[in-house]
Amino acid sequence: MCLGIPGRVIELSGDVALVDFLGIRREVDASMAEGIGPGDYVVVHAGVIISKLDPEEAERTLDAWREMVEFLSSEGGDGGDG
Amino acid sequence: MGEESPIKRVERLYRSSEEVRSVVGAIWKVAPQAAEAAGVDRVKIMDFCGTHEWTITHFGLRSLMPPQVELVAGPGCPVCITPGYYVDAAASLARDGVRVLTYGDAYRLQGTPRGTETDSLARARSEGAPVEVVYSVMDAVRRARGDGVESVFLAVGFETTAPATASPVTRGAVPENLTFINVHRLTPPITRYVFERVPGAPILGVIAPGHVSAITGAAAWEFVPRDYGIPAVVTGFEPLDVVLAVLEMLRQLREGRPRLVNEYSRVVSWEGNLAAKRAIERCCEVVDSAWRGIGFVEESGLAFRREFSRVDAAERYGLREPSPEDWSRDLPPGCRCAEVTLGAAKPTDCPMFMKVCTPGTPYGPCMVSQEGACSVWARYGGGGRAEEVARELGLI
Repeated sequence: MCLGIPGRVIELSGDVALVDFLGIRREVDASMAEGIGPGDYVVVHAGVIISKLDPEEAERTLDAWREMVEFLSSEGGDGGDG
Repeated sequence: MGEESPIKRVERLYRSSEEVRSVVGAIWKVAPQAAEAAGVDRVKIMDFCGTHEWTITHFGLRSLMPPQVELVAGPGCPVCITPGYYVDAAASLARDGVRVLTYGDAYRLQGTPRGTETDSLARARSEGAPVEVVYSVMDAVRRARGDGVESVFLAVGFETTAPATASPVTRGAVPENLTFINVHRLTPPITRYVFERVPGAPILGVIAPGHVSAITGAAAWEFVPRDYGIPAVVTGFEPLDVVLAVLEMLRQLREGRPRLVNEYSRVVSWEGNLAAKRAIERCCEVVDSAWRGIGFVEESGLAFRREFSRVDAAERYGLREPSPEDWSRDLPPGCRCAEVTLGAAKPTDCPMFMKVCTPGTPYGPCMVSQEGACSVWARYGGGGRAEEVARELGLI
């Protein structure tokens, strides 16, 4: 039920948006998509745009996480896996 | 080579086995220290959402965890926890000639157990009653408006799905001939219920639901560290998202500083979808509601406000809230779905699992929905089967 599908907004007309899901296009409810316009990436759930998807943020956060993983992996002491 | 779509690129990055391996390496390192700091042999982390359980099982993440980490499924399957009473009511309306529209997962859900007479919308339809599966509420509204047929929409789902119902209701876009059976439920109250009322080893971390949080905002989970001293991470649905969340929670446990982190910031903001929250608030009030096999949970459901009673199927057809008698016999004999839902039992702990209860012939509700923990384990192999195979092959 909570499966959100990422897509890209092609057209916006009132409360309805045409969204491209990697080649498949569907009309979805855009009444709760404040500040979202054509060209934006979005997450659609049960036929409603629930949120914007920010691919750049995905890369930024991944970079930050990588630093943490690297730090934790390089800590001294006994790894203790066995 | 064509340019890669940013959507595909994010998917590729967050499914990279190299990245996942490096995070898993750090998890193996931190887990013993986290368990020691928490004073337990195994750190029990609960995923709330059925889609997280799918990610964990489908990608075999459970078998990558060190012995100090246990990942358990939580209550995040809205179809599994929808009381059978509402299925009975919808199937009965369909038999009376009212067209019933619903989402695919709810179509096969069983009603209140009555031996071989247990009802479902699929059964009603096989007998010729008007039942249709639709993709969205928008499709249901269009369908009802287009042909004028008296229709009821069985509206199941958590905060993620409630906006789909609230949208046409608050915009005055629901035609006269369409009403809703409102079975929407809220996720923070059942999480509190798990912490406070479910016996057994304590949950020490929560993989908070990403798409629920897209609506509620990550802030909705602040109560987990604040009131219970438990780490919580709002998490995306790719394998890398889940292992990062596990690592973050172990790190917090090791340091004894539980807090809320939003790992899924590419989709979830701190405050959530304000338009959706406004629409839900305008359309519905928060009420005590029944959860299948569990019972009433305080302030855990939504009901239409008086102002919108015209769209309320409960008003139009005189449906009532299920009584304690209804929910006390809401699961078939021997079915452990309620315990599975609350993280107190694994699907493989149930003697029915993959014997009388299979995805083709589901006996209990957790085997019906694609997101039910039993269905996920049946299709992708939970319960440590991958671990057993790996051990036999000398890989671990």
